[in-house]
Amino acid sequence: MRIHFRTSYDRDIDLFDGPGQRILYALFLCALVAMPVLLGPYLLGELTSLLIWAMAGLGLMLLVGQTGQISLGHAAFMALGAYAVVLLEDRAGLPFLVAFPLAGLICAGAGILLALPTMKLRGIYLAIATMAVAIMFEDILLLFPGLTGGAAGVFAPTITILGVEIDRYVSPGRFYWLVLLCTVLATLGYRNLLRSPRGRAFAAIRDSQVSASAMGIRVARYRAMAFGISTFVTGLAGALMAHFTGIVSFETFTIITSIMLLMQIVVGGLGSIHGAFIGAAVIVLLPQVVSAARSGVTDMLGLGSIAIPGLDSALFGACMILFILFEPRGIYGIWLKVYTWIDLLPLYRRDTFKRQTSYAKSERVH
Amino acid sequence: MSLLEFDNVTLRFGGVTAIDRLSFSVEEGEVFAIVGPNGAGKSTAFNLISRLYDPAEGRITFDGTDLLARGPDAVAKLGIARTFQNIELFEQATVLENLLVGRHRFGAPSLLSELLFLPSLRRSERVHREAVERAIDFLNLQPYRHSRISSLAYGVRKVVELARAVAMEPRLIMLDEPSSGLSPEETQDLVFWVQDMRDHLGMTVIMVEHDMHLVSTVSDRVLALADGRQLALGTPPEVQSHPKVIEAYLGADEDAAA
Ligand SMILES: Nc1ncnc2c1ncn2[C@@H]1O[C@H](COP(=O)(O)OP(=O)(O)OP(=O)(O)O)[C@@H](O)[C@H]1O
Ligand SMILES: [Mg+2]
Repeated sequence: MRIHFRTSYDRDIDLFDGPGQRILYALFLCALVAMPVLLGPYLLGELTSLLIWAMAGLGLMLLVGQTGQISLGHAAFMALGAYAVVLLEDRAGLPFLVAFPLAGLICAGAGILLALPTMKLRGIYLAIATMAVAIMFEDILLLFPGLTGGAAGVFAPTITILGVEIDRYVSPGRFYWLVLLCTVLATLGYRNLLRSPRGRAFAAIRDSQVSASAMGIRVARYRAMAFGISTFVTGLAGALMAHFTGIVSFETFTIITSIMLLMQIVVGGLGSIHGAFIGAAVIVLLPQVVSAARSGVTDMLGLGSIAIPGLDSALFGACMILFILFEPRGIYGIWLKVYTWIDLLPLYRRDTFKRQTSYAKSERVH
Repeated sequence: MSLLEFDNVTLRFGGVTAIDRLSFSVEEGEVFAIVGPNGAGKSTAFNLISRLYDPAEGRITFDGTDLLARGPDAVAKLGIARTFQNIELFEQATVLENLLVGRHRFGAPSLLSELLFLPSLRRSERVHREAVERAIDFLNLQPYRHSRISSLAYGVRKVVELARAVAMEPRLIMLDEPSSGLSPEETQDLVFWVQDMRDHLGMTVIMVEHDMHLVSTVSDRVLALADGRQLALGTPPEVQSHPKVIEAYLGADEDAAA
């Protein structure tokens, strides 16, 4: 009896829900590892950028999805991570293996510093405060041209790890693997955090601060901690992006980037790891789809090419509004519904999801 | 020494004196009920113990420790658990997760052990899970273990909140109107639960309650409050027959009728 209970506890604690899921994810990971062999340099570059955005999204997801703190300033942390890694490598002469984690720690420190004065703010007020700080950061970058290269920016050196050169253009496969490794580690860490006491404390703070403190959770401390972990991950994504684009300037990460990042996790599905990846895919693919559709339409109408500035952002914004209105759990939420539908196929009824809630409501009337 | 002591405590909200020079003490191992009309200051007394408010005057001690020198999180760590009048659960989490948050007071593992999910963490998670399962068994919540709170009926939520407090394995448990919104059958269960908390789980219970039948069935002593002041303190029959209490309740009824 006891042994039976133990295994069932472990089943709830385990990373994967049964061996089937474990194999599925292992296969998926193998496929991702094999991509440099399968894809050409252009598509591999797109996939690399997708993974970097996913990682940046994971950082923001922890803050918004898990602790309910909205930041509209996360691009500033990508910028900070990007500048930090390049300066640490170039000016301080540190190897990438040291500079990279150090850049993350700098971002974590900055995140905690930002969290302290904004501790009493919630929701839209916190979003505005973080946005203001991020905008200020863009200007600060220009104030120290000696360090930041002013408007021209700084160039990322080639990464060398244990004598192996990793360059985005010369060896795109190696760079992709590096990014993949970072993303997988971030994902595993995130997943582990979610099934740990800290992850539950974050969710507790999101849902009820009074109640969380009545359970012994130091709300202010945990909020700051969430900021630190979040900006650590997003900052590392920024550092990778610096090496991906090769050059970082004050224009690389702007307020628009912050907004896109927030849209990414909302459209992907707030609070889920899948959501960060799906959102990143949308961010990377949408411009391609839009430009393909646009040239299709203009060809059909026999018009010359018309540039409509901001069309991508507008479409993306429209997507986000539609999701907030109709599917708050994002694309991942839709997928879960489709999945349940397939799972229950012969038995599915149109109101499966509705019935759950109304059953729960009438349940008290014995 | 008493487990919990209020010594001449006063709390004002602007012009309103919510708690007025209140003194009482709760002994270890008793069920102590607080009754009184709406706005008497019952929930405020709980919130003072939870350190949500700072009193203007007075002292509150728990097992000899000055509570006013501690923060809200320290209260839980000393072994005080509570429920809220308007249910404060973690809505987007499951019943299991809610109860596991109750285990937070026993200490948090290091960030590194969580990121890597080290074997030591798995072991401590199992221990907490066992404690949570005891609370689930105690309150018969097995069918709801994996349900999200937002999908549960009011009565079930009420019990989940009780379970979360029980999972904290506290020395003192404070229940704010535990029977409100429960069916008569559920209220009957509540009688047994409160008795078992005292007799088998070794908890001291403070309960704010309007249901006088429930109060006189389970409580050892009753404190009657009105306008933040003590009206009467004693056994349930003593308090119920106290002239000031009768007057306060009649007065409240007349106000309601007017
Ligand atoms: N946060 C607050 N700010 C201002 N006034 C408050 C606050 N909390 C309580 N009060 C006031 O303090 C008094 C006592 O309120 P309290 O909630 O403790 O009453 P109660 O005895 O729990 O009543 P009920 O039976 O309605 O729950 C009331 O007059 C109330 O309006
Ligand atoms: Mg009350």
